[in-house]
Amino acid sequence: MTAALGKDLIGLERLSPDQIRLILDTAEPFKEVSERLIKKVPALRGKTIVNLFFEASTRTRISFEFAEKRLSADTVNVATTGSAVQKGETLVDTAKNLEAMRIDMVVIRHASSGAAQFLGDRIRSNVVNAGDGKHEHPTQALLDLLTIRDKLGRIEGVKVCLVGDILHSRVARSNIWGLTKLGAQVAVCGPHSLMPRGIEELGVTVLRRVEEAIEWADVLNVLRLQLERMEAGFIPSLREYYRVFGVTVERLAKAPRALTVMHPGPMNRGVEIDSRVADGPHSVILDQVTNGVAVRMAVLYLLAGGKPELADAAKGPAAGGTD
Amino acid sequence: MAAPLLLQGGRVVDPSRDLDEAADVLIQDGRIAAVGPGLGAPAGATVRDVRGTVVAPGLVDVHVHLREPGNEDEETIATGARAAAAGGFTTVCAMPNTDPVTDNQAAVGFIVRQSLRAGFARVYPIGAISVGQRGQQLAEFGEMVGAGAVAVSDDGKPVVSSHLMRTALEYARTFDIPVADHCEEPSLSAGGVMHEGLVATKLGLKGIPAAAEEIMVARDILLAELTGGRVHLCHLSTRGSVELMRRAKERGLRVTAEVTPHHLSLTEAACERYDTHAKMNPPLREAADVAALRQALQDGVIDCVASDHAPHAYDEKEAAFDDAPFGIVGLETAFGVAYTELVQGGALTLPQLILRMSTAPARVFGLPGGTLRPGAPADVVALDVAAGWAVDPARFHSKSRNTPFAGRSLTGRAALTLVAGTIVHDARAAAQA
Repeated sequence: MTAALGKDLIGLERLSPDQIRLILDTAEPFKEVSERLIKKVPALRGKTIVNLFFEASTRTRISFEFAEKRLSADTVNVATTGSAVQKGETLVDTAKNLEAMRIDMVVIRHASSGAAQFLGDRIRSNVVNAGDGKHEHPTQALLDLLTIRDKLGRIEGVKVCLVGDILHSRVARSNIWGLTKLGAQVAVCGPHSLMPRGIEELGVTVLRRVEEAIEWADVLNVLRLQLERMEAGFIPSLREYYRVFGVTVERLAKAPRALTVMHPGPMNRGVEIDSRVADGPHSVILDQVTNGVAVRMAVLYLLAGGKPELADAAKGPAAGGTD
Repeated sequence: MAAPLLLQGGRVVDPSRDLDEAADVLIQDGRIAAVGPGLGAPAGATVRDVRGTVVAPGLVDVHVHLREPGNEDEETIATGARAAAAGGFTTVCAMPNTDPVTDNQAAVGFIVRQSLRAGFARVYPIGAISVGQRGQQLAEFGEMVGAGAVAVSDDGKPVVSSHLMRTALEYARTFDIPVADHCEEPSLSAGGVMHEGLVATKLGLKGIPAAAEEIMVARDILLAELTGGRVHLCHLSTRGSVELMRRAKERGLRVTAEVTPHHLSLTEAACERYDTHAKMNPPLREAADVAALRQALQDGVIDCVASDHAPHAYDEKEAAFDDAPFGIVGLETAFGVAYTELVQGGALTLPQLILRMSTAPARVFGLPGGTLRPGAPADVVALDVAAGWAVDPARFHSKSRNTPFAGRSLTGRAALTLVAGTIVHDARAAAQA
């Protein structure tokens, strides 16, 4: 019930730059909680949260669950991968049932774009979008933003290029909204058969070749290329994709300046990214994962009505020394 | 026989005779007896004061889905015909994508009988082009026409095979009926749920490109030229289709086309926030498409307005955008939307709109109606074009409520609808009920 973010977090498209900065700033004090011996603070004690995953996820689900547990919320995981429950009719019933159980928050992952909005419009509980179809994945973009800010000290003016399957990527859409709102320069690069219509109108530059992206960018955010895209005829083969668009050590060697490489995971090593890059000095991929927990704690805390200026205090007495 | 009826004091607009004047209309024995200023009421006649309304030939809709047989929970021929009358329509043509498909004379006959049983607007069946709408074997056009079909179509599905479309156009020539096609190249539209453009990109929804329609529009025009058949293109939605139609008409081909009120008034922006009531096929396009469609209707490049009335149960639309069915109801909002958007919006004059919603569609499908010529069946509507009203789906006569116009303030509605001289809708009586 806070005015800070509104009732739900559906996407970054509808957040203001100040709201996005607020989440990132609120995440800072929560980072420390995960470094403690006893990784638990009482901020959401007594709150009930359902993690409703209609689509397979390991990283995001676990990250949310850790964020919830470290805030002392009571959580229930519902994972439904069967096809019957993915239908919209069931979504209505799911919403009604959750409402009837008086839960405080729902974290939803769904294969249909708009599913989080659909749920948010129908229940009083706070809804957090953990990825809906090809629409948005706001907490992923928030953790990407936090990682860029950590690494480069700023976001404004930083040149970020998203590389890969932009057409089907909710990570790309959320990143474009978040980065452009915070003043970064954004480019996208990938096969034109995987580039959505009108993407330039979102304020991004389209780069044709990955070499151009490496020449231009401060940060490359490399997206996962799904095998199904080849089967659906968008690209001829994964082998060729790696040859033309793969982020390799050889290509990175030609970068004119220090380049940071990100990946939202799960990676296809040897498809969109060279293993030597993923494991090498350019990579901040595991920092992203660490930041994911802090960002999600911040989002849950703010949606639950937590005062941003009290986020530090809300953590309760620290087990170890803090600032 | 019922007593003669004199509609007195209205503004009579009859595009079939280029008539627009203050006049009375006398109806006798189910037919138009006379039209002219200051007609006296014959002995025993009922006089109905229609001052302040526009008296016109009843509206004609060549594209509706009435869901019977098969989905009577969504609509029946009776409720659809009642909704049509409320919308000022005296004639509607029912598409054959029923369950089972209307692809034989018995099925066509069933619709004719249900329509006669219902009363209200006349319902003419459209037969399927192919058996089961499966796109393989031609349905029996001759027998279906014998049972009352006025056209053939596989609407809801495109005719994928160009060979089938060709033979349908050739074979239909014997019966001189139009072949109505839903223009969609399925390999381009597969999985698409809205227009392929900026809004779809933002929403992360799979788009249907304009080219998916235009490829089939171009194909059908070429086949019309090849065969000399009558092709009617359903619900055009893109400026590219308009250009293709313009060239076809300039070359004098036997090609006609329709456009829906929603494609004339809404854009892809209506899909924002995943409103499933804005999900239809073809999808709502861009502002430039709307402008081109309006111009085409004014120029006659597009012949008529058709509602593509497509009822769906409320809970089917209560779903994620990808999962909701395509289509909206339109019979009870068609005139109000068209009048408000096109006439008040300055794109068409009122007589032009009546031409496009009555006289022209009747002509395209070869139907009686669309005229107030003495001797013609007394299918008449009195339109109150001063009436402002707000769309309240709960008050629809249709069984379904799926409209993107809910809550919209419109001007113009049917005050009185007559079929063969019988009142089938009276807004005054409906308001008192």
